[in-house]
Amino acid sequence: MIEIIFNSIPSFWPEITMSLTFVVSMIVEFSIGRKEKSSTGMTTGLFVLAGFIITILQLPFQNPEPRLLFGTMYSVDPFAMFFKYLILATGIVIIVFSMQSAELRKQRAIGEFYSFIAAMTFGMMLMTGASHLLMIYLAIEVVSISSFILSGFSKSLHRSSEASLKYVLFGGAASGVMLYGMSLLYGLTGALDIFQIQAGLASGVFVPQEADFAVLMISIIMILVGFGYKISAVPFHFWTPDVYEGAPITVTAYLAVASKAAGFAIMIRFFYVTFFDSMVDIGKWVSLPHFEWNIVLAVLAVITMTLGNVVAVWQDNLKRMLAYSSIAHAGYILMGAVVMTDLGISAMLMYFVIYFFMNLGAFYVVMAVADRIGSEHIDDYRGLGKRAPIVSVGLSVFLVSLTGLPPLAGFIGKWMLFSAVVEANFIWLAIIGVINSAISLYYYARVFRNMYLREPLNGDTSPITFSPLVIVTTILFIVPNIIFGLYFGPLVSYAQHSVRIFLP
Amino acid sequence: MMEIGLPHYLVVSAVLFCLGILALATRRNAVLMLMGIEFILNSANLNLLAFSRYQGLNLEGHVFALFVIILAAAEAAVALAIVLHVYRMNNTVDADRIASLKE
Repeated sequence: MIEIIFNSIPSFWPEITMSLTFVVSMIVEFSIGRKEKSSTGMTTGLFVLAGFIITILQLPFQNPEPRLLFGTMYSVDPFAMFFKYLILATGIVIIVFSMQSAELRKQRAIGEFYSFIAAMTFGMMLMTGASHLLMIYLAIEVVSISSFILSGFSKSLHRSSEASLKYVLFGGAASGVMLYGMSLLYGLTGALDIFQIQAGLASGVFVPQEADFAVLMISIIMILVGFGYKISAVPFHFWTPDVYEGAPITVTAYLAVASKAAGFAIMIRFFYVTFFDSMVDIGKWVSLPHFEWNIVLAVLAVITMTLGNVVAVWQDNLKRMLAYSSIAHAGYILMGAVVMTDLGISAMLMYFVIYFFMNLGAFYVVMAVADRIGSEHIDDYRGLGKRAPIVSVGLSVFLVSLTGLPPLAGFIGKWMLFSAVVEANFIWLAIIGVINSAISLYYYARVFRNMYLREPLNGDTSPITFSPLVIVTTILFIVPNIIFGLYFGPLVSYAQHSVRIFLP
Repeated sequence: MMEIGLPHYLVVSAVLFCLGILALATRRNAVLMLMGIEFILNSANLNLLAFSRYQGLNLEGHVFALFVIILAAAEAAVALAIVLHVYRMNNTVDADRIASLKE
């Protein structure tokens, strides 16, 4: 037993470094950070940033050959590696954004903020590889508890405390329901690691018209509640708009990109391993022959993207609009999970990379503008095209990319997803996806219209100056949106290379 | 005298689970809603322990239950801190009356 642990530790260094970053940064904050004259949290922030960079530099040395660590607790494979890179890159970007955010600088004791970012990232890294129900639950809870704290971090704002209260109630309920589902699954299959659960399901004990089968369905649906809450799929999305609007905007961006990616990672791994029999051709979920699971996921994808897009049309707060748009994007990505072929999963992975650039860029511009004009309301964006040309062009590029119009990167992402879905004969799903993209163009176009075609509300046409840092960051996010729209070959091959999930 | 077996535990845990969901659905006081969440977590614990004991499975279920107890404590600590903060801001912990974020 002890040898297993010692043999696993060398492959576990990135995760260990991240947890050390969290613990030591707390000590740094209380011993050095609080003694600074103006407690800006910069010391702790830079310390955590260094921890992130060391972790991401260690990742190439983590041998990506698919294998298990710590018994059956944790798998390391190219699939998990892909998500770890994505999550750590998002974390670094978010820390840099947070250091620039005026909203956060107003807070007292901001150093802890960066510590909790590290804790949340540690949980998300575990989520990418968890292959045991205990590990899945633990990882999800580590992420949840840190994000409850982070979303309520703007202590002086009413909406922030309200957001964290709603988040904690909804998150606690969803993970509780998931835990109950896990306990039923444990009782039915007698195992907690997902490989033995797969063996139990494939043994053919469960046939319809028997009580066991009904309990199995209930337990899987309960587990789906927990995953659905993490990826904010409808009907488990109720927390998303409120939390995204109330939380500090960098936290919103982190939840929308990294937390969602980690949720998808754990969901894909769970369904891929438990319902997938490698003996039959790819994409056939044969363990449960009497129940079409991909239909359930397809329905979930359709209602998720439709509701996200339709409700986004009515939103006047840009942060809230981006929240609904991110729900809709979860719906698009779920289409890849419906297919569950190598093509579908690689399309999902690719979409995440592109989503990283377009969504973080959009959130960054909204943050920068809110820091200057103190508002996220769509009417305050009137005339912005003349007052702040570069930033407006940036926002337009990100929103067009989110819509999925060529020649930007968002188009390639959607194209790959739709073609994977069509390949698997879910043509109706692809059609609904295209209709949804058209709806999304409507509410993104409202932003363009306000920026370029309308005069400012109070006639204030004085230019808004942004610091060179903001301009450079905006351009840094515009460039990949254009490049990946035209030259996406390496991205495709990297995504296809990363599909390999550990199977015993 | 009937012997207490697995079904009895499962029924108790199912009842606990339903009570927890009921508390979440009907109560509007944040503290009572948190108690509902604790009910749900404990019902799952009871399930894990009962299956582990009566199905002749290994000790994994017991270990899982221990972890859940620890996590429930951590979650309750964070949640109560948030509730306290909300109370200081709004002078109420009624989930319906603190609703500035709307559609």
